[in-house]
Amino acid sequence: MIELAIQYAYGALCLALLFNLWRLFAGPGVVDRILAVDTMVINVIALIIIYGIDQSTPMYFEAALIFAMFGFVSTVAYCKFIRRGDVIE
Amino acid sequence: MTTHHHPPDERTLFERWVPHPLLTATLTVIWMLLANSFSVGGLLVGLVLGLSIPRITASFWPDRPHIQNYGKAFAYVLLVIYDIIVANVQVARIILFRPLKSLNTCWVCIPLDLTNPEAITVFAGTITMTPGTVSCDLSADGHALLVHCLDAPDREAAVRDMKARYESRLKEIFP
Amino acid sequence: METFGEIIVSALIVIGATFALIGSYGMLRLPEVMARLHAPTKASTLGIGGALLASMLYFLFFENTLSIHELLISLFLFLTAPITALFMAKAYLHIHPEVGEQLPKPESCDWSTYETPSGNVRPRT
Repeated sequence: MIELAIQYAYGALCLALLFNLWRLFAGPGVVDRILAVDTMVINVIALIIIYGIDQSTPMYFEAALIFAMFGFVSTVAYCKFIRRGDVIE
Repeated sequence: MTTHHHPPDERTLFERWVPHPLLTATLTVIWMLLANSFSVGGLLVGLVLGLSIPRITASFWPDRPHIQNYGKAFAYVLLVIYDIIVANVQVARIILFRPLKSLNTCWVCIPLDLTNPEAITVFAGTITMTPGTVSCDLSADGHALLVHCLDAPDREAAVRDMKARYESRLKEIFP
Repeated sequence: METFGEIIVSALIVIGATFALIGSYGMLRLPEVMARLHAPTKASTLGIGGALLASMLYFLFFENTLSIHELLISLFLFLTAPITALFMAKAYLHIHPEVGEQLPKPESCDWSTYETPSGNVRPRT
């Protein structure tokens, strides 16, 4: 049963990533693209966690954590750059 | 010859070494969670980190946030978690089933009664995480919050709900 | 117990993936930027929460190890989601000053994206 649920989750998350990719390409604004990247990071974290359950190893946890941190920092940096024209003032 | 005259340090030894007990406890717990197994050595490393990081970064923490009532703070966290789940279902239903023309998106301005910066931060964060609202900006003098509502037919009622549900509780938690 | 664990873990995985999908779909479907901002900040947090809870319970039930560091990721995401949303909203307001003119105004001054806060606005007491 878990295998089935994991297969479904793979499908759903890949579809979600495709949606995000569409939004990333279509825009129409900068904020849309930042939002798309941010959501993509969140979906990828979910994908990594599900993959960790699939392989039944806790090894991928660190990857997910690092992804979460990088996603947050990069989103904030993009927004800061738009507002101030500089990331570290 | 010293020109600077420091006032005598009246803090106790404990207060000098552990200026932020909560921060120390949080850092230790986070270290233990990262290690993901309990061992005395891990606890010691966590304690060393928990004691040294607040001292190294002391200039960023001029004083402690004063939480008046820890029981109410815990109840508030539970309420917010419940609201997050409800919010998820509501927003999911709006996304899936509502015709887009019937959405009443609007901006509302919430005048703040809270004055404590930490309380305002928690309030803004709570608003973002709960049903159909995102806090977008603070006024330049810090007395009002700009909130975007995904679906609010009645703006006055939306503002009243948020103030009654979260702000009144936060006022009791943060003095 | 095994079947019970299987059902719970599978349900959480399915719920989490579904909410993540709905969040991304909302970002595709909703008509304007600010409305789109709502979809991922909410639907995705529960998506991640479901997946992490499933991972925790899976290791508890089937590997017999108590793994609580998943809580760390969910805590991190729950703390940072409002911050990223606020930053994106402020970036949007900064790019579109014409939106700012239609906003409801606070009593004495403008929003801080358009007006520089003067010094230490509210001294601590």
